[in-house]
Amino acid sequence: MSKRIQAVDLNVYYGDFLAVKDVTMTMEPRSVTALIGPSGCGKSTFLRTLNRMHEVIPGAHVEGEVIIDGNNLYGPGVDPVLVRRQVGMVFQRPNPFPTMSIRDNVLAGIRLNDRKMSKSDGEALVEKSLKHANLWKEVKDRLDKPGASLSGGQQQRLCIARAIAVAPDVVLMDEPCSALDPISTLAIEDLIEELKQDYTIVIVTHNMQQASRVSDKTAFFNIAGAGEPGKLIEYDDTTTIFSRPSVQATEDYVSGKFG
Amino acid sequence: MMTADVQANQPPAPARTLTTGRLPRLIDVWVALGALVAAALVFAGFGHLDYVAGWLALGAVLYLVAIGILASIVEGRRWATDRFVRSLVIVAFLLAIIPLVSTLWTVVEHGITTLTPQFIFNPEKTQFDRTTFKTVLVAGVWPAIVGTLIITGIAALISIPIGLLAAVWLTEYAQPNHPVRKIVTFLVDVMTGIPSIVAGLFAFALFSLLVGPGTFNGLSAAIALCVLMIPTMVRASEEMIKLVPLELREAAYALGVSKWRTIVKVVLRTSVAGLVTGAMLAIARVIGETAPIYIAAGYTRTAFNADPLHGAMSTLAVVSFRNYVDPDPTQPAVTQAEAWGSALLLIIIVVILNLIARLVAARFAPKARR
Repeated sequence: MSKRIQAVDLNVYYGDFLAVKDVTMTMEPRSVTALIGPSGCGKSTFLRTLNRMHEVIPGAHVEGEVIIDGNNLYGPGVDPVLVRRQVGMVFQRPNPFPTMSIRDNVLAGIRLNDRKMSKSDGEALVEKSLKHANLWKEVKDRLDKPGASLSGGQQQRLCIARAIAVAPDVVLMDEPCSALDPISTLAIEDLIEELKQDYTIVIVTHNMQQASRVSDKTAFFNIAGAGEPGKLIEYDDTTTIFSRPSVQATEDYVSGKFG
Repeated sequence: MMTADVQANQPPAPARTLTTGRLPRLIDVWVALGALVAAALVFAGFGHLDYVAGWLALGAVLYLVAIGILASIVEGRRWATDRFVRSLVIVAFLLAIIPLVSTLWTVVEHGITTLTPQFIFNPEKTQFDRTTFKTVLVAGVWPAIVGTLIITGIAALISIPIGLLAAVWLTEYAQPNHPVRKIVTFLVDVMTGIPSIVAGLFAFALFSLLVGPGTFNGLSAAIALCVLMIPTMVRASEEMIKLVPLELREAAYALGVSKWRTIVKVVLRTSVAGLVTGAMLAIARVIGETAPIYIAAGYTRTAFNADPLHGAMSTLAVVSFRNYVDPDPTQPAVTQAEAWGSALLLIIIVVILNLIARLVAARFAPKARR
């Protein structure tokens, strides 16, 4: 279920603009890797290259390789749609489908792809995914209500349930708690802790305490100035990054001197 | 300390209060009534009580002036401006709906007595009255109803898919500065303002070239309506599709859903209420067209023709127009009634289509929060 991702000499461009330069790092299976850094440093951009979501933006392209389980995501003949079935994603703002009920939102990955699934299998999958997302107890009596009727934190857990219902190997999270209150954030953080038993998780966060709470390894990205590409400055165990980083910029950032 | 010095040199500030004088609650209504009465007196003084439009206009002006002055005396400038502008908006609104209500009223007044099952479900025919030994014209618009529905239906069947797909291409596939996109957008904008008679001439010329000169048929009229309908449909659908947040597309992509399925099942599904409304507006835009249909499909007074490929075909708008400008010389009352009746029927059909569209839109709209 859980797979290793390696980025090798990855450059990300928006048109001619080099947004992220020369990232090489390995994200281990069954672990949480946090990407931290100031705004505009390219951490979200980098995250989106891990399931080719950056291609949604016209003109965005990459050089280099992202290898999952020995397969290069950017190799010839690779279908981005199939990539995304293996590498799911949770976004900054909860985005349940407004036309669907809670149940249909969980099953969206199956329904939208017209995959056949018996009713009982579907119910079982809904229950399993929602239980996995720590949402089952709260919504089990109102699965037919619209997904948008939930609170922000519940919606985000619904989105996580939706992402894991298609059984990906990797779950990418792009600042999943930045639109949530502290209680909901705590619920999501607990969930991340559980999810890492089964998935490779890569999370972008602005919140350094969150990175230190949930992640096993932390990557610090930085940008030299406006118009410069973002770079991976330091990548190490989270405890090392937050206690004795080897680069001065990392220490300045995690100690709150800038950013 | 600086501020204290400055304040010491200033003259003492006037006492600040948190209240202002307020006019009584229904003052607007009373002032409006007073203004109308005053205006009536003015016109009565000139002996022209029948100048209703002038009376209303003068009343509105007097009302605006009076409420402005009154409020500025009692309530101060900010409230006076507020009252004046609010009153201006209300007056403008009333002015805007006067023609609408007046049209509707006139059509209903003239047309309502004509609307009988006999009128709706029969063609116009002449009957021989055995008591008076005269042939009388009996009004009937069934052929025109069928013609309207067939011609508009064909136009909708052609235009809605083309317009929708063009909008999907413009919003989902074309890069922002794709040259074809620019051309299509430009042409759509130009075509939105095309005079409908031009569309009629286009279709008439097209069929004259294809089939032969002087061809009248329903399909030709439908093509003319397509020329008018497609740009409306493209524009309306484009705006609706653009409203679907990018996040929903991303959510679908992140689940490994292909682009085409995302468009059909997420983007179009989310915007379906707006798309139905857009299609309805496009239909409403063309269903009352007269000139292009008159040119392309001709006109038939009595014959029932449900075949869009052969022969002249009437629609309600054309029947209404013809009967009004060219009444039957012997029985003008009958043809006049027919003109008003078909106009009212047309309005009723548009209302019914609108209601259907609303129901569909409500059924498929994104489920409300809570």
